[in-house]
Amino acid sequence: MSSIPVNPFAGKTGVAEMEALALRVREHIIRMSTGGGCFIGASLSCTDLMVYLYSKVLRLSPGDLQNPNRDYLLLSKGHDVPALYGALAELGYIPRERLAHHLKVTDQIYWHPNRFVPGIEFHSGSLGHLLSVAMGIATDIKLRGGQNRVFVILGDGECNEGSIWEGLLVASAKKLDNLVVVIDRNEFQANIRTEELIPLEPMEPKYQAFGCKVTRINGHDFSAMDAAFARLPVETGSPTVIIADTVRGKGLPSIEKRADRWFVNFTQNEVEQLLGELHGGKANLTSETLIVR
Amino acid sequence: MTYEDALTAIAQKDPNFMVLTAENRGHMRTIPPKLGDRFIDVGIAEQTMIGMAAGLALRGRTPVCHALATFLTLRAFEFIRTDVGIPRLPVKLVGMVPGFLSDANGPTHQAIEDVAIMRGIPHMQVFCPADREELCAAMPAIVAERAPCYIRYLGNDPACEHKTPFDIGKAEVIAEGSDVTILTYGFLVREALKARAALEERGISTGLIHVRMPKPLDEAAVLKAAKQSRLLVTYEDHFLTGGLYSIVCELLVRSRTSVPVHPIALEERWFKPALLDDVLKFEKFTGEQVAIKIAGALNDNGNPE
Repeated sequence: MSSIPVNPFAGKTGVAEMEALALRVREHIIRMSTGGGCFIGASLSCTDLMVYLYSKVLRLSPGDLQNPNRDYLLLSKGHDVPALYGALAELGYIPRERLAHHLKVTDQIYWHPNRFVPGIEFHSGSLGHLLSVAMGIATDIKLRGGQNRVFVILGDGECNEGSIWEGLLVASAKKLDNLVVVIDRNEFQANIRTEELIPLEPMEPKYQAFGCKVTRINGHDFSAMDAAFARLPVETGSPTVIIADTVRGKGLPSIEKRADRWFVNFTQNEVEQLLGELHGGKANLTSETLIVR
Repeated sequence: MTYEDALTAIAQKDPNFMVLTAENRGHMRTIPPKLGDRFIDVGIAEQTMIGMAAGLALRGRTPVCHALATFLTLRAFEFIRTDVGIPRLPVKLVGMVPGFLSDANGPTHQAIEDVAIMRGIPHMQVFCPADREELCAAMPAIVAERAPCYIRYLGNDPACEHKTPFDIGKAEVIAEGSDVTILTYGFLVREALKARAALEERGISTGLIHVRMPKPLDEAAVLKAAKQSRLLVTYEDHFLTGGLYSIVCELLVRSRTSVPVHPIALEERWFKPALLDDVLKFEKFTGEQVAIKIAGALNDNGNPE
């Protein structure tokens, strides 16, 4: 029987270290927004969550990817995979150089997650799938008496999908308290604000009514995350839902909260400007935004 | 042996074997107490069942999922294709009341495109037993395969004595014939046997192949029949599009084999809802009615009779 993995970064990463790490992940994301582009807005909104989970919460290390006692993290919304690629590269799961292969036929670093990238547990891209896959993993862990947790990151727009609500209903009925649903509440669907199209608020009562224990935090505040993730499950016998309020495009004022900066393919010059903006400069963007991928 | 006995026996040998259902318990009432927490009823939630099955399979389980065939293959299709098909996980999908067996339920319940859409998923196997005996005999081998598999559930009494043991990708050649060979699967084997008897009585040499697994297809058996017989007949309770007729024609074209193929299937329509025997008669799918159709087709294709 394998032992429970120890996260090599946990306990060594304070807020300053995580902020520095998140900055480097955001640089990776910006570098992936050219030469074909990427879903930059959603990637930047969940960067801090991803950094926090991988460097502090998950009982996981690069050497434990096959360990049956590892914590699982599944990325259901999929579009934010550049943030995951960046975190995996910065924490030693994949070589940093591999990120230069973004969208190349010679590698598997493309617009949605897939299992050929070490550290990625399951593929996604079709919304509303990985909650139930996570539930299957969580069920097996319970049957085997394991202590590991299963985290699944959902988009807020993704919660339009009926399979999310069907899944939550079943997850509560089956008392999957080793399941932690993290919702990246960046307030946007693909092309439009959630509240303009299919309003989700008030959110907490919806998940509560489905039998989950709900916490709402600022998804860019590492101290707030400490409080939310410190004690899991929040209540024995119930799935946990953590709604993380985030900003789409976080870190880059010129694209923050803009509906038309969902999928972007910038010029190399714009990438350089955005890298400057991340460190306090100002970018002047002229590229047309590619809508709908 | 009942289907429940077959599942229980597998569960006793294989600790990773699990039974899931989307609140479809009619054929497994004794299973929950026997399997304990290895039996999961997710409620009427086919998509969630399939996603969970994928997650369980990632952890080394072999889940067998049950739901009515239409809701399993159609409601949850994208979950099957995406969460089971793409990673090629060994999830087994058992569709209840497939084909004509939905009798009086009406078109919502008529799984008559299930073979077409399931075989369209890369590496998905498709198994259509002729009766309960064949289903139970095959389940251990189906479960042992590390591929996903769709199974058309059939709990009927034996259609015939099965002399050929079940083997993945192998058809059951019930008889060989020089005039015509009937290719069928599942429930209609029973009727095909009657059709064959009626044709033989008229002096027509009639072969009969039960294509237990439309995928992987027993190509050798079909090609042998194509060489031996002047006519092939595909006979299925399925839409004409994408089922056995398509499967056989694809093989014949690919192998440059020229032989007339006469399809008996549901062409661009759902069938008349009624009790099973009445459906068969109304749709002209009884063995006797089919024998008349086949004799006619043989005449059209140059039968010296």
